[in-house]
Amino acid sequence: MRSWWLCARMWMRSMMAYRASFVLNLLASLVTHSLDFVVLVIMFRHTDQLGGWNLPEIAFLYATATFSLGMANLLVGSADGLGVRIMSGSLDTMLIRPAPALSQLCAERFSLRRLGRPLQAAIVLVWSLAALDVHWTWDRVLLVPVLLVCGTVIFGAIFVGGATVQFWWGESKEIQNSFTYGGATLLHYPPTIFAKELVAGAVFGVPLAFVNWLPSLRILDRPDPLGLPTAFQYASPVAAAVCVAAAGFAWRAGLRAYRGTGS
Amino acid sequence: MQNAALVGARPPDTGTSTGSALGLYAAVARGAFRRYSTYRAATLAGTFTNTVFGIILASSFLALWQARPNLGGYDQSQAVTYIWVSQGLLVTVAVWGGGFQDDVQDRFRSGDIAVDLYRPVDFQGWWLATDLGRAAFQALVRGTVPMLVGALVFRTRMPEHPLTWVFFLLSVLLALLVSFGVRFLVSITGFWLHDSEGVRSVMLVVSMFFSGMLLPIALFPGWLGDLGRVLPWASLVQVPTDVFLERASGAGLLGAFGFQLGWAVALLAAGRGAQWLATRRVVVQGG
Amino acid sequence: MALIELQDVRRTFTVRARTGRFSRTRREVRAVDGLSFTVEAGECVGYIGPNGAGKSTTIKMLTGILVPSGGRLRVAGVDPARERVALARRIGVVFGQRTTLWWDLPLRDSFELARRIYRIPDRRYHENLGRCVELLDLEGLLDTPVRQLSLGQRMRGDLAAALLHDPQVLYLDEPTIGLDVVSKGRVREFLREVNRDRGTTVLLTTHDLTDIEQLCERVMVIDHGRVVHDGGLDGLHATGGSERTLVVDLAEARPPIEVAGARVVKVEGPRQWLAFPARESAAPIVAAVAERYPLVDLSVREPAIEDVIARMYAEVAIG
Repeated sequence: MRSWWLCARMWMRSMMAYRASFVLNLLASLVTHSLDFVVLVIMFRHTDQLGGWNLPEIAFLYATATFSLGMANLLVGSADGLGVRIMSGSLDTMLIRPAPALSQLCAERFSLRRLGRPLQAAIVLVWSLAALDVHWTWDRVLLVPVLLVCGTVIFGAIFVGGATVQFWWGESKEIQNSFTYGGATLLHYPPTIFAKELVAGAVFGVPLAFVNWLPSLRILDRPDPLGLPTAFQYASPVAAAVCVAAAGFAWRAGLRAYRGTGS
Repeated sequence: MQNAALVGARPPDTGTSTGSALGLYAAVARGAFRRYSTYRAATLAGTFTNTVFGIILASSFLALWQARPNLGGYDQSQAVTYIWVSQGLLVTVAVWGGGFQDDVQDRFRSGDIAVDLYRPVDFQGWWLATDLGRAAFQALVRGTVPMLVGALVFRTRMPEHPLTWVFFLLSVLLALLVSFGVRFLVSITGFWLHDSEGVRSVMLVVSMFFSGMLLPIALFPGWLGDLGRVLPWASLVQVPTDVFLERASGAGLLGAFGFQLGWAVALLAAGRGAQWLATRRVVVQGG
Repeated sequence: MALIELQDVRRTFTVRARTGRFSRTRREVRAVDGLSFTVEAGECVGYIGPNGAGKSTTIKMLTGILVPSGGRLRVAGVDPARERVALARRIGVVFGQRTTLWWDLPLRDSFELARRIYRIPDRRYHENLGRCVELLDLEGLLDTPVRQLSLGQRMRGDLAAALLHDPQVLYLDEPTIGLDVVSKGRVREFLREVNRDRGTTVLLTTHDLTDIEQLCERVMVIDHGRVVHDGGLDGLHATGGSERTLVVDLAEARPPIEVAGARVVKVEGPRQWLAFPARESAAPIVAAVAERYPLVDLSVREPAIEDVIARMYAEVAIG
């Protein structure tokens, strides 16, 4: 954590060396990331429900998924550069410092420009919370921040776990994109529009459903298309913990393979 | 990077001067094709990503068309096919940008770009040839595999007339020329701007939106739709996909080709003009 | 106790090669194959060998980046692979071909980061920084962004950054590569200072033998993952099977003279060149020549170190 912060601060200062382009970039990324939402809004000019969900509800899904992805990308998204670091040898220079290589890697090229995505998502979230017609009970209110934190952690674990694959397969970065960016796109839409197999895969395979689908069923009081026990709707922290453990294990295994020990 | 393409290229055929020039560009294109064909794993990974996005977006379109059948004049299977064709086109016609743009950016960074303007090979022609070679390879894998998967998993609509395939390929080629024209203009701003990265990221947004990649332009409301239909980006995804879906025939089809061709010529000419200005600028500054 | 200790250290890599359109074979490559040596504290050792001999692999094992496939390895009493992070505080590493400095930021910021990451106490940091700045003449460069530094200036910056935490051992991988003569001289002078005055143990790999001649009393030649020579620079001649040359100026031009234990390799007027094995003494040959021919002048030429090494690499490659 400490070394991540140290390196991240250095990168921020590096970026500030080009202040004008930083502001432009932040604005550009705000607009860019709004586009996905604009598409949803245009869709809702032609219909008032998608898979049985209305615009504020889908905006809630969109905002929570995008916020989680954006925060994860801000904090650890640079891990996906691992393959390049291995090729250029700069991973070695990280390994000779007395700080965890993973935190140095995650802080690499840290850029506040990536704030654009979560910032934009936060704006949409505020709007959707105001527009939602929900009976707010204490557990629903509490679930919102829990969802955002766990979602960030799950996406973060996917970023790191996916990057780890690059220890063995250097060009796998795009596959990881299908689970991070593709995963977030999946979560923009309600689970009702997807094939049951796909939804089940997002619960039991890559646990994306725990980012926002399952808790949202509780918050928005929607039936579960899979008919899973209610406990799943509160289980995001457990899923997040499992993801972190798995990603940590994968990272250690990858680093061991890179350094060349069999056991 | 560019040298890799050079190494892969054979020396130009001897013959008439136009013949040898064409031979050279063909060799450059072949080199680029071969270079991209070496990134096997990355191609595979990218194809996987296209397919995943295809599944997600096709499901969302299905839901939308379930609520509004025949929205924008597309029936359900056409709407789903729209997604799969556009996923196939995404990398082939470089809707995101990229391709030769990354190489040009490297040349700017290393300062070799000034030398490039003075080479006996035409600057624009050289990069166009590499981009055609790249697109040819990516059409083979990243263009076809997602469409195949889509056809297997969803109910898609294949062209009824065999000739449509030919028209589609022609339209994709024109799309590529338009895409190159835009990207070339973006890259060449590097001669004036310190860093064309910012322009590129703005272009990415515009291109993704107005190409119809995210949503058919027919669904855009009011003036946004009118604007989208006349901007060059419609040539990239919207037009070829509509050709594939046989939404235009006869005069309509000719009109579609004319639209693409018109933009291709205009953009390539603008690129040529910009190149001339850039060369003059380099001369004045002494390299 | 030796600072660096290697006993029968091995490291193999599995290389996958495409043999046909679809078939691939796995092949074991022994990058380091039974390496044993020790380095005492305060030594300055040159570590040389042809490309692919296993130099970088050795350095990576010594820093703990790579884990040996077999054998025993200790640096400052610890196993680098097991205690990589703890060891990192006690070693300094400079890779000539890549910088650890922060590209867009002033040099000073990179030093500041090293101070935080290595948790260097304030007093020691300022002392060390002051010394490095003085010796490496960095004063005017501290506020210059690294990307604007020349290669030589950047290398000096990297050296300083590697020494701020007072490492016991300094590993240098090609520290003078690409530098001009003046920069090379300055880097060597600094390394000599660090080794002599601070007692820092230095292990350096290089392709520039002048580095070795000017810095190291001991040189190890490695090839195919094995040490083929370990000792003084002089000893290289013997190991390399090289020849020294006796140049004699006779009173008049003659056909090649005949002397036991030496052969004439070149004649130019009255001057003749005689080659003899480097490990033999020149005295009996000089005596023999003087006895039979009128001698005006003579000199003995040592073989050029480059030639010796080149011959050594070539021999190993054949054998």
